[in-house]
Amino acid sequence: MLKDITIGQYFPGKSFLHRMDPRMKIILTTAFIVLLFIVGNWMGFVISIGFLITAIAVSQIPFLLVLKGVKPIIPLVIFTSVLNIFFVDGQVLLSIGFLRITLEGVLLALKMTIRIICLIMGTSLLTYTTSPIALTDAIERLLKPLNKIRFPVHEMAMMMTIALRFIPTLIEETDKIMSAQKARGADLESGNLLQRAKALVPILIPLFVSAFRRAEELALAMECRCYHGGEGRTRMRQLSMSRLDFYGAAITALCFIAVIVANLLL
Amino acid sequence: MNQIIKTQHLRFEYIREDENEHILVLDNINVQIQKGEFVAILGHNGSGKSTLAKHFNAILLPTEGLVMVDGIDTTQSERLFDIRQKVGMVFQNPDNQIVATIVEEDVAFALENLGVAPSEIRRRVDEALKTVDMYEFREHAPHQLSGGQKQRIAIAGIIAMRPECIVLDEPTAMLDPKGRQEVLKTIMDLNQNEKTTVAIITHYMDEAALADRVIVIDHGKVVMEGKPKEIFSQVEQLKSLGLDVPQVTELCYLLRQQGMPVPVDVITEEECVEVLTQLLQSDIKGD
Amino acid sequence: MIMIKTENLSHIYSAHTPFEKVAIGNINLEIEQGAFVGVIGHTGSGKSTLIQHFNGLLKPTSGKILIDGKDIWENKQQIRQVRFDVGLVFQYPEYQLFEETVYQDIAFGPTNMGLSKEEIHNRVIEAMEFVGLKEKYAKKSPFDLSGGQKRRVAIAGVIAMRPKVLILDEPTAGLDPKGRDQILGQIKEYHKQTKSTVLLVSHSMEDIAKYTQKVLVMNHASVFAYDTVEQIFTKSQEITKMGLSVPQVTKVFYQLHQRGFALENDVYTVKYAANEILKLWNQRGE
Repeated sequence: MLKDITIGQYFPGKSFLHRMDPRMKIILTTAFIVLLFIVGNWMGFVISIGFLITAIAVSQIPFLLVLKGVKPIIPLVIFTSVLNIFFVDGQVLLSIGFLRITLEGVLLALKMTIRIICLIMGTSLLTYTTSPIALTDAIERLLKPLNKIRFPVHEMAMMMTIALRFIPTLIEETDKIMSAQKARGADLESGNLLQRAKALVPILIPLFVSAFRRAEELALAMECRCYHGGEGRTRMRQLSMSRLDFYGAAITALCFIAVIVANLLL
Repeated sequence: MNQIIKTQHLRFEYIREDENEHILVLDNINVQIQKGEFVAILGHNGSGKSTLAKHFNAILLPTEGLVMVDGIDTTQSERLFDIRQKVGMVFQNPDNQIVATIVEEDVAFALENLGVAPSEIRRRVDEALKTVDMYEFREHAPHQLSGGQKQRIAIAGIIAMRPECIVLDEPTAMLDPKGRQEVLKTIMDLNQNEKTTVAIITHYMDEAALADRVIVIDHGKVVMEGKPKEIFSQVEQLKSLGLDVPQVTELCYLLRQQGMPVPVDVITEEECVEVLTQLLQSDIKGD
Repeated sequence: MIMIKTENLSHIYSAHTPFEKVAIGNINLEIEQGAFVGVIGHTGSGKSTLIQHFNGLLKPTSGKILIDGKDIWENKQQIRQVRFDVGLVFQYPEYQLFEETVYQDIAFGPTNMGLSKEEIHNRVIEAMEFVGLKEKYAKKSPFDLSGGQKRRVAIAGVIAMRPKVLILDEPTAGLDPKGRDQILGQIKEYHKQTKSTVLLVSHSMEDIAKYTQKVLVMNHASVFAYDTVEQIFTKSQEITKMGLSVPQVTKVFYQLHQRGFALENDVYTVKYAANEILKLWNQRGE
């Protein structure tokens, strides 16, 4: 059950997207998000969705899998849609008691829904095609200039790496502890909110204790391997931009221009 | 210089904060580990053996006495990375010593810390992965691997530094029999083929039986030291220390008690079969 | 009388997906009341999945589990009762401790059962005795204890529920030889005194041979054999092939048997082995 969480999971592959420089992928994903929000008309949406679908097709990752990433945010989508549908003024389509549904509301809700879904799918695609370590690596390198203002870029990246490394371990551990407490008759499923929160104590305490123990052991193991922060550290994997990245950037730029042109003309 | 590790009158104590009481963990330890040797360290939980191991690469520093690693006093903090590069350490829980989310990145970790050039890192990582027979898994995520495989990755992460000595603190305690065998084979190969010095802490007597030398620690003191045959032939003393002997040794011990002329130093299965074959065959002939 | 019975029990993980995996398939098993059973099998053989079905932590994909003659999934609301009847001690159980004192932690199970304060007290004291924890530990924090003691607390926490069946998943993993012998000795004594059914999962054939009466060997998601210890050790060659390790003496005896000595090939404890060899040795001159 807990193991089914897919967000942030990497699917190894050899596609165009997989082989692109992770830095470029981050930049282009950011660009895509910006693009989604400057889109001003239906033509723009068609272009953005077309771009996204092409990217998914190129990545060779099953479409449904990418769509699955949207699942956790469905409540959010519904919530914002409902707000938009009922509380935007305009041409009334239907009124039930004091509630009025307007055309503008429905359109706005639709646009927001498309935007959020595209945004999640776009970022999922980034994490599906980029290993977490490459992602962290890229973020570390992109943020390197911040070192000058004493922002601990390396330390942040190291923390992210370790977090990523231990997420599966801790999820598995949570599963185990839950089973162990259930075996002692812990009731995690029933009762009111307060009772349920209380029922979490037997799970959270062992989990914290274990996380601290792991952290201590990991720190020791890292010391044994001469870890001493980012200073003087080299990296095995060197990132370099290639022709692929140029193509990717060019295609994204074209979409950008197309959307802006559509915005101006239509 | 033939000794990679040498302790002289090593004493270690710590102060328990709440009760302000001094706890003596290691008391006057004098041990030497020769280059290329395979040493097993035995002792029950709490005997101080892990604390001793942590002195071998300057994770802990002696309260009194001296620890020398390849001629370097471990209190010389400016030589810390030299020491840790010479003596690598592998721990019990493979999950808690793997840092990166990709196998090869993890193996590269120490070399990256040491500032080795990228192409050289690549070369050494591949070499280390091949040594532990995990090269084909280089792009896997650690959590997809079995316990034995993870532990081999942890070993690869150490040997990529090309240490002279590798200290393993109960490396097989959390593994199933298959994982244990894999890890043990890797360690034996390292010692025999790469001439890496090995110091292994273990509760498995059959692992200790493979060593060149056994050191037994009890209450922070070295109480026995010698070849496995010499140590395991002292069945009663080992049992009184809360330790075990290999089953075949115990079998021979029981037989000897009943008056059979079995040698005192049988520690492996093969030896046991040979010894019993000869004795029992001579019986038949003597009929 | 049959304590645990399974009928065509199967469990499939991630059914109908590309990751589909049969963890256990079509298991039919009958474990007698009062038996002391060793459970062995390599990692991934299905033994962990199987034992988690016995106390209803996992729900079968198909098939039935009957505890003491009752189908445990007949009434879903009663599944917690099954967990009190079938106590399961997980691997490294010390990682489940969470209360402020040893006493409170052991009382967690009995409290969940809704017992009276007095009854809980009796059970906690009794459970502490079974695992050899002196009363002075009751008020200590479990986090201040040594690894071996923590494990005893965790085991006591399950024993205190007075289950009809006690299942322990590798209770000695990571302990030193002395700690291992003590805990196994206490479990044996528990079995003797309570006459309840005990299942001991272990990778160590030595321990299983030394302590249990029957052995359940799991292989490839199904039961390879369920029989007395003696019978199981006649199959030592097949068991070795499964990647499980049989005791050194068993291997020695097998080889001696191969060399034509009149020795049995199902020897598994050192004492028995010594007697057998001495018998042969003493035939000298007869």
